[in-house]
Amino acid sequence: MAAFKININGKTETVDVDPQTPLLWVLRDHLKLVGTKYGCGIAQCGACTVHLNGSAVRSCQLPISAVQENQVTTIEGLSENGDHPVQQAWLEVDVPQCGYCQAGQIMTASALLKENPNPNDEDIETAMNGNICRCGTYTRIKAAIKTAASKTQSA
Amino acid sequence: MKTIKTGIGRRSFIKSVSLAGGGLVIGFNWMACKRAVEAENKNVALEMPEEWFELNGYLKVGDNGVVTIYSPNPEIGQNVKTSMPMIVAEELDVDWKNVVVEQAPLNTDVFSRQLAGGSQSIRQGWETLRMAGATARQMLLMAAADQLQVPIEELSVEKGIISHKNSDKSIGFGEVAAAASKLEVPEEVQLKDKKDFSIIGTSRKNVDAKKIVTGKPLYGLDTYEDGMLIAMIVQPPAFGKRLKSFDAESIKDMPGIVDVVELETFKEDYKRSAFDIDAFDKLVVVVGKSTWEVMNAKKALKVEWEESPDIIHDMEIFGREMTVNHPKGLENTDGHKKMMEQIASKGTKIEVVREDGSPKKAFKNAAKTVERSYYAPFLAHNCMEPMNFFADVTDEKATLIGPIQTPEFMERSVSERLGMPKEKIDIQMTRMGGGFGRRLYGHFVTEAAALSQKLKAPVKLVYTREDDMAFGTYRPSYHVHYKAALDENNNLVGFHVRAGGIPESPLFSNRFPAGAVDNYLAESWTIDSNITTGAFRAPRSNFIAGAEQSFLDEVAEAAGKDPIDFRLDLLKKAKENPVGEKNDYEPERYAGVLELVRKRSNWDTGSTGKNRGVAAYYCHNSYVAHVLDLSLKNEGVSIENVYCAIDCGIVVNPDAATNMAEGGSIDGIGSAMYGEISFDKGVPQQNNFDNYRMIRHSEAPKNIDVAFVQNDTDPTGMGEPPFPPVMGALANALYKATGKRFYSQPFIKELNEYNENKVLKS
Ligand code: FES
Ligand code: FES
Repeated sequence: MAAFKININGKTETVDVDPQTPLLWVLRDHLKLVGTKYGCGIAQCGACTVHLNGSAVRSCQLPISAVQENQVTTIEGLSENGDHPVQQAWLEVDVPQCGYCQAGQIMTASALLKENPNPNDEDIETAMNGNICRCGTYTRIKAAIKTAASKTQSA
Repeated sequence: MKTIKTGIGRRSFIKSVSLAGGGLVIGFNWMACKRAVEAENKNVALEMPEEWFELNGYLKVGDNGVVTIYSPNPEIGQNVKTSMPMIVAEELDVDWKNVVVEQAPLNTDVFSRQLAGGSQSIRQGWETLRMAGATARQMLLMAAADQLQVPIEELSVEKGIISHKNSDKSIGFGEVAAAASKLEVPEEVQLKDKKDFSIIGTSRKNVDAKKIVTGKPLYGLDTYEDGMLIAMIVQPPAFGKRLKSFDAESIKDMPGIVDVVELETFKEDYKRSAFDIDAFDKLVVVVGKSTWEVMNAKKALKVEWEESPDIIHDMEIFGREMTVNHPKGLENTDGHKKMMEQIASKGTKIEVVREDGSPKKAFKNAAKTVERSYYAPFLAHNCMEPMNFFADVTDEKATLIGPIQTPEFMERSVSERLGMPKEKIDIQMTRMGGGFGRRLYGHFVTEAAALSQKLKAPVKLVYTREDDMAFGTYRPSYHVHYKAALDENNNLVGFHVRAGGIPESPLFSNRFPAGAVDNYLAESWTIDSNITTGAFRAPRSNFIAGAEQSFLDEVAEAAGKDPIDFRLDLLKKAKENPVGEKNDYEPERYAGVLELVRKRSNWDTGSTGKNRGVAAYYCHNSYVAHVLDLSLKNEGVSIENVYCAIDCGIVVNPDAATNMAEGGSIDGIGSAMYGEISFDKGVPQQNNFDNYRMIRHSEAPKNIDVAFVQNDTDPTGMGEPPFPPVMGALANALYKATGKRFYSQPFIKELNEYNENKVLKS
């Protein structure tokens, strides 16, 4: 066990856990930030995606000891009122079915748009390929990413 | 303070009588919902009332006119949490903007069939939901008539406002809710004419969407209660094995570990229901303070396994006594395939299920015959949210919270397991991270309950992805052999289907093309196994549709006919001159979706140069046809277009139904193309997403066009029907692209072989 100070959604949190504990379980079990989901635990599904300094990472494979000074953003901290353009686009397109994968999809998509504000189909497919949606909302996700891109462009 | 008015226990009783005028009169008794549920807001924040008045078990009206509608059925992503309340709201005549939706807990006094399965939530809930809305509306009208001192006949309602025709008097639902809640429930109410619907048939957004996109706790796995422990199972590594012994001491001192226990899911003499399927009778459970600590300890636990003997379960499956055999042994996929092929070719242990005309003669006199076999492996459901359940069992009561498609059945299982009366068991349903049939089988509910009872502590039982994927309850493995006889004019005159599987047969003997062929023979066989299986989105149809539709494609080709025309000709015969009496489909509606997909896909003029396949199928009372275009790309396939035409009667929430059809199509392509659980000495060879291939973004269709046949038939299934036929369309399109037919799923293997042969040849 060891104490770790981490920056999450703009706040500093302290947790006392095994250094190997993946960030995913620190978020869920210790900080009760349950928006970040467990799907596979082996970086294959993307359900646990968060931002580390703005880039999408799989929190199930990131030991808490590796987080250090970096800024962690989870779905709860993506926007204050749930109105990030990607979240808005998701609502407009009414993407979710069961919804379980969607926080991870949104985190990957928002990181993509930050890097590439106007992605084409192939860019989207490449960036999103690590995020499984068992319900098969892929075409809607693509549409929502394009909607979000146009929002950001016109904003 | 919000108070909730409650009623006294009168079981609901429903009878319905059709009226000459097209409306419907219904009589019933209600009892109001006994339990309060925490309020949930929709996407738009609503001002909450000071006081709520419950008008019946399905809804309550606030003093400010806001209405809470309870959604009775489990939500697995099929969107009933939005569409079921829409039906209530329609008859209530409330503004949808003023509706708050809450998930109802299991409450058999108020609700019937609180189950997500068989695509029946809307179909079977249709009349009751309408009645619930209409009754409340009537009571509000009665109260308004009294308050305004006008005859009730002179009142009309729009969006929660009751107005008097002959004056400018009007009054809101909120103002009469208190008075309405004190009235006797009317014995009869009138339902709307379908042409007057203003909510049903319009697209309304998912009521949980805002919570989903902001990461609010919604799912079973998100349950965190004070003092709660985390538990994980350790299961035998292979089917055909069972627990021999374990060394609790090997992990007891690991950080965060509280206990290591042996757990029996069911008591030995317990008569299981259809949903009490479990792969292993005894598990080891590791209990601790946090997920990560338990995960680590679970890996380190020393366990010994032994081969299990034959297992026989006496079960009660929907009122029928049945014996289910799980023979001992460690099974292999190669062995399975050999056995299946043997039975299919030798014809031993086969049951004739239907025979029309003289199939033997037809085949003897045939000008041409076509004969093919199809195979599909076991599949894992792979719900995105792994199995889990929370249980807090004390001597007084059992509180169970989590994702379950069959809460009513689980109430019985848990009651028997705990030795506790049903009245003391409270089952609360969370939104589910997928169902697909997997969560019909709630062994994990019983496990969590028994564990909490044993530990005397609240506990959340969590399956890892590996536990989940290796636990069985798979889609069965299937095989079918088809034979078709054509006469000299290329008419289909004989049809023979011999279908079987491990452990069930996928045969539907009375479905198309039964009824359309004079000489028809349907046979069935099964092989027992110790690998457990369960319903998987569109059970049996999820294989037989694709097989049958690609076989018919081949027969159409042999007959020199366009594949759509060929099917339509058969359907015409089934309509005008049906063979046999038990045919389980309406040929006209079947043809309707084929006609619609033909139009949408531009089949007649736009097919040239495309690798295009078509398929159509009927299941869960609905009809679906698919056309699919693809091209070969980097050793794989790129799916360009999918056209999906559906007849499911009235579409309650069109955009959500479209979403469901898109998802079903993608799921179908993914399952047929990539999905497989195989076995080596009883060990499942896939246990996570690194070795179980799921369809991903880049493999999904670029375009999906969904169209509905417009009619005013009462709504039928939507969650399952768009899944099976797309597999046939895919196989037929693959044939167009490669010149080779695809008979064995997952198709990716056959495609790889094709690519290898191409390389060898060049
Ligand atoms: S849970 Fe981290 S990628 Fe699946
Ligand atoms: S919406 Fe269910 S897994 Fe994506």
